Amino acid sequence: METSMSILIGVLFTIGTYLILTKSLLRIILGTSIISHGVNLLILTMGGLKKGGPPLLGESSTTFTDSLPQALILTAIVINFAVTALFLVLSYRTYKTLGTDDMDQLRGIEDE
Amino acid sequence: MNNLVILPIIIPLIAGLIMILIRKKILVQRIIGIFTIIVMGMVSISLMNQIKENGIQSLQAGGWEAPFGISIVADMFSAILLLTTSIVALFCFIYSFSTIGREREAHYFYPLFLFLITGVNGSFLTGDLFNLFVCFEVMLISSYVLISLGGTKLQLRESIKYILINVISSSLFLLAIAYLYAITGTLNLAHLSLRVAEVGQDGLLTTVSLLFLIVFGMKAALFLFFWLPGSYSAPPTAVAAIFAALLTKVGIYAIFRLFTLVFYHEPQITHLLIGILGAITMLLGAIGAVAYWDIKKILTYNVIVGVGFIIIGLASFTSMGMMGSIYYLIHDIIIKALIFLLGGTIIHITGTSKLKDMSGLIRNHPYLGWMFFIAALSLSGIPPLSGLLGKIFITRGTFEAELYWLGAIGLMTSLMVLYSIMKIFMNGFWGETYLSKEMEKGSMTKSMTLAIGCLTAMTIALGLGAEGIQVYVQHATDSMMNPHEYLEAVLGKNPIR
Amino acid sequence: MKPNDVILHSVTKVAVVIILTFSIYLFYGGHHNPGGGFIGGLSVASGLVLLYLAFDIETVRNNIPVDFKIVAAVGVLIAVLTGVSSLFIGKPFLNQAFGYFDLPIFGKTELATAVLFDVGVALAVIGTAVTIILSISEDG
Repeated sequence: METSMSILIGVLFTIGTYLILTKSLLRIILGTSIISHGVNLLILTMGGLKKGGPPLLGESSTTFTDSLPQALILTAIVINFAVTALFLVLSYRTYKTLGTDDMDQLRGIEDE
Repeated sequence: MNNLVILPIIIPLIAGLIMILIRKKILVQRIIGIFTIIVMGMVSISLMNQIKENGIQSLQAGGWEAPFGISIVADMFSAILLLTTSIVALFCFIYSFSTIGREREAHYFYPLFLFLITGVNGSFLTGDLFNLFVCFEVMLISSYVLISLGGTKLQLRESIKYILINVISSSLFLLAIAYLYAITGTLNLAHLSLRVAEVGQDGLLTTVSLLFLIVFGMKAALFLFFWLPGSYSAPPTAVAAIFAALLTKVGIYAIFRLFTLVFYHEPQITHLLIGILGAITMLLGAIGAVAYWDIKKILTYNVIVGVGFIIIGLASFTSMGMMGSIYYLIHDIIIKALIFLLGGTIIHITGTSKLKDMSGLIRNHPYLGWMFFIAALSLSGIPPLSGLLGKIFITRGTFEAELYWLGAIGLMTSLMVLYSIMKIFMNGFWGETYLSKEMEKGSMTKSMTLAIGCLTAMTIALGLGAEGIQVYVQHATDSMMNPHEYLEAVLGKNPIR
Repeated sequence: MKPNDVILHSVTKVAVVIILTFSIYLFYGGHHNPGGGFIGGLSVASGLVLLYLAFDIETVRNNIPVDFKIVAAVGVLIAVLTGVSSLFIGKPFLNQAFGYFDLPIFGKTELATAVLFDVGVALAVIGTAVTIILSISEDG
């Protein structure tokens, strides 16, 4: 299970890196999003993929999985959600103001 | 348990939230802001004294014992930084009154400013690696909005790059946390220190520590500083000043914390690498500062030089070098805020940031000119101003550790810094005055003069009164060089292994 | 020509009630079972977004005259203040308490201070999520 998870994480990172290296702003944002999904999966894998009940008092199971990675991932997802939303709004604003979403033209050499 | 420790985090948070509720009342927001920051400063002073009397103070949030809960820990190093943060924040806040503009004030500038301070204070106080990530994000998200607030073309373009860099480095931060959790099974800093010390810092752990170094290096502009000059020259002066003073310093703080508390077992690998990175950072930063003829660019490259210089104190890993680093860190926070405010004021008056388009400002603005002169001397460490002591201790530290080349590069870049900053003084203030009072684009207001004057007084006072804070700095150095005190304060006498 | 969206309107009117009810269930279930302030808040926000989609933003704004930025701020404020309240009784920040009480209708019920914190979280999530979606959708 860990092996296939590692491969999946690697694939996600590859796709994310490829997307970040493209010129279009929207693709870059998607790339950061995919990378952070890869990171979340990595945290889950690194915490150990054990078998056991969910760590909740209401469930009457005797073995529990490690709850810390799940808490970390939840927090990371929330933060990523906020940052991605902000990033999207800002890039839309940039597109409207500057009239381009091409990173080559966003370099800003002209005022040096 | 000491509830005072949490106050520097929640006071600005609550004040910022209240400000959102009274969005229209700008004047009330300003008063609340000043009041909040002053209270924060007083809390940090009382924390400093408590730590001096009773050792490191800690709080387990919600009463969940460490290492299971979230620990908030204040040692002398963080308390000193908290106090410096509140001083700088107060004056940048006052400076922003007349320069930031109605538009930004109505779009939650003041609450965001306080949220930024919340994140900074949180990063200084947290005793948990993941909580450090969260506090970093609180700080960064506020900074994303502050850097883009106003929405000029330059700001939008630079903030896109700034956000992208930081989102990627945050992902790397999580990556490093995940690996560390897999190896050690804990994220509490004290517990980490204990476990790493027990099993020994093997190759895998050292690699993870280097991953952390990359992440924090990105945030602190240590070697990976390519994003900094663009981003820090985009936002308005007050924001740029608080960024230059605090944001990189939080990264530096994190490097110090990790490499003195957790990963201190292999200094011949990690600390040497830190030293090399510091040296490259200083050299490249100084070259940038010397090369440009634009005030904003010169000042931002000076931030980079400062980062490199603070870091080489850690690289020496001697008490002397550490003490120098703490002195220089305090000095650097204050002086970077001051010099950015001064530079911003010059741009405000002349309407340009190009050095070649300005001349002879000292005739109409004598006070500004002389304050700039003092700041410039202090920045390059001329006695008796505040930069001196840090420089001496750091250099002696590197010599003690027999890293002569490191100390030499540090001193050489100091000269280059002096040249770059004097270039602004000679070109901007000296020479023929061809800008009469009527032709100036903007004027100095009372709040600007007050903020700049007080910070100048601070740097003089810090230089003359260095003896007075000696006990505190000594205390901070001792507790950083002996991690046991930190462990005992967080985990108790008989920790759970 | 205005599109004919009678079906969407009628379905939404029923569905939103179901979504909001379910989110209250999720919110209270969160103490021992899956659920809680965050998920409850998100599902409330999804119900509101459905309203915004089916009717236009102006109509909904006239009927729910709430500034969601304020909701978010109030939510965080409630959450922080429940944490702060434990400072006054000399307990560590964010300390919590719970107990069992005999209430007239519900019988023996568990009441916990953590619920107050969760109310804050829920409000913060509703406020933030709706603000984000509104500011993306507004063509500004």
